[in-house]
Order: sequence, then structure tokens, then C-alpha cells
Amino acid sequence: MQTLTPKHDRLLIVFLLLGLVILAFILTPLLHMVFGQLISNRSGLIEAVNDSAVIKSILLTMYTALTATAIAFVFGVPLAYFLARRDFPGKGIVESVIDIPIIIPHTVAGIALLTVFGAHGMIGDPLSSIVRFRDALPGVVVAMLFVSVPFLINSAREGFQSVDPRLENVARSLGASSWDAFQRVTVPLSARHILVGSILCWARAMSEFGAVIVIAYYPMIAPTLIYERYISYGLSASSPVAVLLIVICLVVFIVLRMISAGWRRYDRD
Amino acid sequence: MIGINNLSRNWKEFSLNIDLHIEEGEYFVILGPTASGKTLLLELIAGFYHPDSGSIMIGKTDVADLLPEQRKIGFVYQDYSIFPHLNVEENIEFGLKLKKTPRDERRRRVQEIMDLLGISHLSHRYSLTLSGGEQQRVSLARAIIVDPEILLLDEPLSALDNQTQNMLRDELKRIHHEAGLTTIHVTHDQTEAAMLADRIAVMIRGQIVQVGAPEEIFNSPANAEIAEFVGTENILAGIVASNEGGLTTIEVGAHVVEAVSGYSAGEHVRVCLRPEDVAVSVGTMAFQTRHGDRDHRESSVRNAFHGTVTQMTPYGALTRVKIDCGVVIVALITKQSAAAMGLTMGSPVCVSFKAAAVHVIG
Repeated sequence: MQTLTPKHDRLLIVFLLLGLVILAFILTPLLHMVFGQLISNRSGLIEAVNDSAVIKSILLTMYTALTATAIAFVFGVPLAYFLARRDFPGKGIVESVIDIPIIIPHTVAGIALLTVFGAHGMIGDPLSSIVRFRDALPGVVVAMLFVSVPFLINSAREGFQSVDPRLENVARSLGASSWDAFQRVTVPLSARHILVGSILCWARAMSEFGAVIVIAYYPMIAPTLIYERYISYGLSASSPVAVLLIVICLVVFIVLRMISAGWRRYDRD
Repeated sequence: MIGINNLSRNWKEFSLNIDLHIEEGEYFVILGPTASGKTLLLELIAGFYHPDSGSIMIGKTDVADLLPEQRKIGFVYQDYSIFPHLNVEENIEFGLKLKKTPRDERRRRVQEIMDLLGISHLSHRYSLTLSGGEQQRVSLARAIIVDPEILLLDEPLSALDNQTQNMLRDELKRIHHEAGLTTIHVTHDQTEAAMLADRIAVMIRGQIVQVGAPEEIFNSPANAEIAEFVGTENILAGIVASNEGGLTTIEVGAHVVEAVSGYSAGEHVRVCLRPEDVAVSVGTMAFQTRHGDRDHRESSVRNAFHGTVTQMTPYGALTRVKIDCGVVIVALITKQSAAAMGLTMGSPVCVSFKAAAVHVIG
């Protein structure tokens, strides 16, 4: 990587300045809220930390997001590998289908899920004696899974595509079954992509609100709780919870990012 | 023995149709231009692709329906395909680990093969820090250590500098000699093929077009396309004027070329002549051979034409000289010879070559 010097990299300097505008756009409201809270309403933040409903909703959010990510991993990674390794008619359509949850408004996603997983839905109805989705934890997971799975599939597919199939061929010639070659060669080499995809999937699931409130307003996850407090009690009541969620998410996110950076084993010299 | 019988595979824009027989312990080179399907053929033999039809016999077993891991075929790709997440030692022991070889034996065998190939000092290095030659050795060690019955080498020397190529070419020959492993090596490099091969198959557009010993391929190419590919730069169209006991007289434009062939008078043929077989001289012509103007001297050289130098191109220690004699003839001479004769563009010269150096094809 090169050091920026004004003489040689004017274009990069201009691009950096333009990029800083976007960074400022992202950071300003978040920092304003966090530091505003710490400076002007620290007691509200302490109250939020001690509020069992807040802590419970944050833990619930993390748990359901993790469950959604685990399901996305089990079903999404094989699909990503298949898409990375095979060409077939209609592949473009399949790839577009995977991206649909990113494109459509999430309230629409929630309504669509409700028609399938609701009490009278094509899945919700036959499963009603075993599991309930409407206003229940499985409903939260389903909504999170729907909106977050594209991030994992796309990242994992990119990772698999970056692994030369010849490496798998060589492994096969050395006696590896296709599963051996996948787990001993392909997965380690695309692990970072899979991990980053999982982090993005988890993070997206954590932040989901629109689809969740349609299918499962209760049990209340953190975004729903923040919304509810904002509607019922105003900004001063919702802001401490929001700050707490931001801080927790940021810490977890940074830790996972650091772990994923350490997974670039094949880049080391 | 490996028997590839009526093997065919069709892709969208390319198809392979192969019949080939390779003896046990043979160093067999498949020589062909880029995009002739050489790598695809190796991948079919290794089982990375399934053929549409045909069989691949290894000994008495048809392996066409076996999985790659069941075929006991080692593979070395052009880019060596070293596993980048494993160090040299881990790369080499990869196959042994899969076979669940005990740790001590694994370590011993890895050390032995690293010593054999002179890469012990690299054992903890990763592929990114290895030179092409080092990667090639690692890749070879990794393929050989699992005791394959056949070794497939996909242009293993093409990514290396000349010096390393020479060194590793000798090493490949030595390893083949010591291990006695049936080896199929594909390349587009004729020197590589000539130096390594027991036999060569020329492959063009997905088909084997000629199989033979190196001298047969280079001196007696079966057709003009092969001749052109194997470096016979002088391919001249002509008509056989006469054939007296094998000594054939062929009219090539205004010239007459004498050659040894079985073609009869009136047949349309092509006269093939390698540039290194053409001698160039200046000053008094030793003799010339033209229609109605023969001057046979006491020499074994039966063909000589007047011409003018039209192009001189450096070619390593040699100079490639193009001479317009009515037909264009290319000669390869040493730089010293060119300098001693004072050759420049436009120099009048005489080109000569023996009848035995001429290969005639139909």
C-alpha cells in the first residue's frame, strides 16, 4: 500500500475528501447521539443498563440474530458453493432471487412472511401444533433470516469463487474425496469470506425491525423496544437504549472483524 | 500400459477425440500449440472431467468411471497449485495425511522426498514466498510422495526462466529414471519435448495427429500443419518431376529441389526443410541448381539457390536469416557466421541443403 503524497496522488486525495463526507455522514448522528447521551443524560444510560427489559431485549436480539445466522450458514453456504462452482441455465435468476430480500421494503417482507408463517399460512398452519411464528421467537428468527441471508450467501460465494478449482483437483488427485477437498482446501481458503458474510448476516439480523414487527412484535427485540419507547415516551426514553445497543453491537462487530482479519492465513509470509 | 480408446468429450466450443497408447514406464510428451486441448486431456485422464464416451485403460482396468481419488494419478499443474494456506511440509504430506499414514512414517517420507528434491530448507515456507522453480519442486514432491501409478505434468516448465528450466528438465528426467513412473507431460515447447520424451504425440485442435519418437516427429512430420508447428519453417509447394530409386526431383517455382521420398512424378507435394539444415554462403557459389542450369560438383549437397537477404533477426546465439530466392527460405546460422560473412540486408548469398535434409509430404 502506498503512502499518500499530494504531489503524486492528487486523484486519491480528491477521492479521500469525497469519501470523508460519507464517513462524516455515517458517524455524525451516531457520535452525536452517543456523546450527547454520555454528556447530558448519563443517568438515563445507567437506568437503561439496569433496566431488565432493556437487557433482556438486547440479549434476545443477539440470540435470535445468532440463530438466524446459524440457519443461514447451514443452508446458505452449500448454496453459495454450488453457485460458485456450477453454471446452469437460469443461474442469473437464482442469484437475483437471493438478492430480493435486500431490494424489497422490509415491511413488505414481513407481510409476505406472515402469509406463509402466520397461523393460516401454508407453513404456519400445518406446523401450528408444534411451533408458532406469529408473535413468537421463531417468527423473529424467520424475519431476521429472510432479510440477512443474502449477505452470507453472496460473501461466501465470492470466497468460493476466489479459490481456484485446480486446487481442489490437485487435492482429489492426492486422494481427497470431494468433501475432503472442500473442507481441507476450499473452506480454509474462503474462511475469511464466510466469516465476514456471517458477521454481516448477524449484524443485519440484529438491526432488523420492519419485517420483525409485522410478524412478531412480541417478544420484543431491541429495535422494537426502542421504537416502542420512542412512540410511547419520546426521544429521551428511547435514546439511552439505542446508545446501549450501538455500543454493544460496535464492540462485538469490532471483535469479530479483528478475528476475521486474523483468518487471512494464506496471505501471510 | 495406458490405453485411451475413442475418448471423446464435447464442450460448447471445443471437442476432444483421442486414441492413444502409452507404455508402462514411458516418458510420453504431448506436444501441441496453445488451446489444442492438452490440459483438458490430462484432466480427463485424471478424472476431473467425465468423458462423453470411450475408455481410459490403466493396465486392465477402465478408470473412466472412477473418481479422481481412486485413480492413483499424480497431477502437476502449470501454475503448480500449491495450497496457499499450508506450508511446504504440510503441502507435501497432504496426501499421506488423507491416507492416514502414521505420523512418524509421514515425517520420514516427507523429509526423504524434500532431500531428494533439495527443498528441505523450504519446509516452513508458504507458496507466496517461493520462486517458480521451488514451487515446481514442491508440487512434484507432493504428487510423487503418494506413490501414483501415473504422473501427469501440465506444462510444468513453462513459467520458469531458461536457467531454471534447464535445471528442472534434467531433474524431471532423473526423477523419471529413478522412480520409473509412467509420465505424461504436455507442453508446447519443442525443445522440452525433444529432450525429455521417449515418444511424442502431436495434438492439434483436440486430436492426436502424429505419434512417434522425437526424431520422427521433428524430421518427418506427417503433414504441413505439424511441420509448421514443430519448427519446419520452410514449407514449399511443388510438383514431383521424377523419382529415380527414391531420389526425387521436385519443381518448386522456378527451382528444382532434390529430396528422398516415395512420391511419383506429377504428384503435388510440399517440401519441408528445417532452418537449421540450411547453409548460407557468400562469394563464389559452390554450385547452383536450376532448371537447365545444373553444375554438379563433388559434394553431398544436392540443392543450392541464389538469393538476397531480406531480413535478419537475432535468435539467442543464432541469427534467423530470411533469403529471397524466388521462394523465401529461412536459415538459422550462428551470429559469428553472419558477422564473418558480413551479412546485411540485401547481401547476395547462396543457400544450400542436402537432399537428405528435405522431408517431403503429400
